[in-house]
Amino acid sequence: MAYKFDATVRYAQSHDWARLEGDLVVCGISDYAQHALSDVVFIELPSVGDTVAQGDIYSTVESVKAAEQVYAPVSGEIVAVNDDLEANPELINEDPYGAAWIIKVKPSDAGELDALMDAAAYESLLAEHE
Amino acid sequence: MIEPTVYDLSSPGRHGPQLPVLDVPVAPLPDGYLRTDLPLPELSELDTVRHFVRLSQRNMGIDTNFYPLGSCTMKYNPKVNEKAASLPGFVELHPLQDPEMTQGAMQLLLELQVYLAEISGFAAVTLQPAAGAHGELTGVLIMRKYQLDRGETQRTKILVPDSAHGTNPATTTMSGLTVVELPSDDRGNLDLEALKANLDDTVVGLMLTNPNTLGLFEEHILEITQLVHEAGGLVYGDGANMNAIVGVVKPADLGIDVMHFNLHKTFSTPHGGGGPGAGPVGVVEKLARFLPGPVVTVEHVNADSDDEFERNNFSEDGDDFRLVWTMPSKSIGRVRAYYGNFGVLVRAYTYIRMHGAPGLRRIAENAVLNANYLKVRLQNEASYPVAFGDRICMHEFVAQGILEGAPDIHTMDIAKRLMDYGFHPPTVYFPLIVREALMIEPTETESKATLDAFADAMIQIAREAREEPQLLKDAPHNAPVKRLDEVRAARQMILCRC
Repeated sequence: MAYKFDATVRYAQSHDWARLEGDLVVCGISDYAQHALSDVVFIELPSVGDTVAQGDIYSTVESVKAAEQVYAPVSGEIVAVNDDLEANPELINEDPYGAAWIIKVKPSDAGELDALMDAAAYESLLAEHE
Repeated sequence: MIEPTVYDLSSPGRHGPQLPVLDVPVAPLPDGYLRTDLPLPELSELDTVRHFVRLSQRNMGIDTNFYPLGSCTMKYNPKVNEKAASLPGFVELHPLQDPEMTQGAMQLLLELQVYLAEISGFAAVTLQPAAGAHGELTGVLIMRKYQLDRGETQRTKILVPDSAHGTNPATTTMSGLTVVELPSDDRGNLDLEALKANLDDTVVGLMLTNPNTLGLFEEHILEITQLVHEAGGLVYGDGANMNAIVGVVKPADLGIDVMHFNLHKTFSTPHGGGGPGAGPVGVVEKLARFLPGPVVTVEHVNADSDDEFERNNFSEDGDDFRLVWTMPSKSIGRVRAYYGNFGVLVRAYTYIRMHGAPGLRRIAENAVLNANYLKVRLQNEASYPVAFGDRICMHEFVAQGILEGAPDIHTMDIAKRLMDYGFHPPTVYFPLIVREALMIEPTETESKATLDAFADAMIQIAREAREEPQLLKDAPHNAPVKRLDEVRAARQMILCRC
């Protein structure tokens, strides 16, 4: 299976991605994760103003196969939530790195982002899995 | 042909019952109470009967087809259970009757409490919970109350393996506690190092299913329960997979402190839509006082007698004791109205009495034998991968819908194609830690001929997957409806007609 990788994001072991945009970190789930879930039918979103620590569960994504938790790749305060996903959960399958961003976080520790994997490291992690 | 809905069959003015002519003056309903827009279907009695009988004939159940739904233990439900449960003395009871009038029913409940305690090694049992997940909630609330009662208010976490039934984390959350997920190791067991790393004085306990949802017996079970106990925690046993060990292993002997029984799995009471279920909970001695009630206990009529002999002995004719409802001293409270799903309890009682101890042990032995037979046939003759397939499985195993030479075929296609061969598909895509999971549990009630027919169908489907994959992609072909669009149904939920 050929998965899509995005050179502008950094990846967590939990198949979540994070991208630095200005002073915010945008978060979502990887193309591999959406493939593994199959067709997404529902997403439970957090609220703006919630704070998350790295590794915290901040959202649940449900497909016809499974419900999976989504883990925060970095710590900080949630300053934006992608409400479009509630009405259009299929965006997660169609455009996981773009239109299907889930939250934007004001990071409390910039070092966390640097410690995540780049696309090449994540790709070799998946190759080990398969 | 698709059966029309009752609304499609409706014809204005048609009706079933004929109301008798009024023999009292007409009195109209007060203004505002009469609806003019009640959209009920209008059918004759015969149209209605035919509609529902036709629908019932399309139902698939254990009485019509092999139903190897993993983790659900879809065994045959003996008809003698129904005979016992429909005895007038049981059917016509009312839960508010005076206990003096219901001593027979209470004796059955007391004996069922004792049997389940004996089978599991627990000190006490409540029959109240109405289903497995309800039993789980009851059990975790008991664990929480036990920790609070001894002042350990800082304990707020429940450890749950990543192979667990989804009800385990759900129960934890419903109980106001926090889930910590633990990984499995490379033999499908709970990862001992991860367990050790998470055990501290913030842990209420561990929820464990043994055998686990991979159909594997936890090889380190004694070490696991010892570690949890040393850290001041309790071990919850998810009894969903009890069919693999009933009559062979007592969960309490493994160090389990509290466990629910799924009577609709292990003890052959009706399942799912044929329910309701029942999820009794058993506990070790130190938790008995937290059980929900009421439970049946024996009371000595002469307990307060001045005569020492009378006070300490029951007479041989047994007329100086009676059965009473009691609430345990530190009970978490009621979890259900009245006394549980009584009719279901009668069925489970009947099943236990029909089998006796040797019979119960044979259930587990044959359930495990049947699963291993199917597993080896699928591994050897059709090269379905099986998760941790080098191990002997217990009552079920998790195959994978990954076939060499058929890259586009998925578990869902295999499951749908099985319907064309007259089999209910296995549980699919669970447990979550196995890709393309096909979780197969044949149970002990199936003959070798049925197991072989299922294995032959799976082998034939593997061949079709390589040679005619479209046959699988378009399946089912023989069912009343073709493949349903599950994604659209979930995304655009229309749950009622109005």
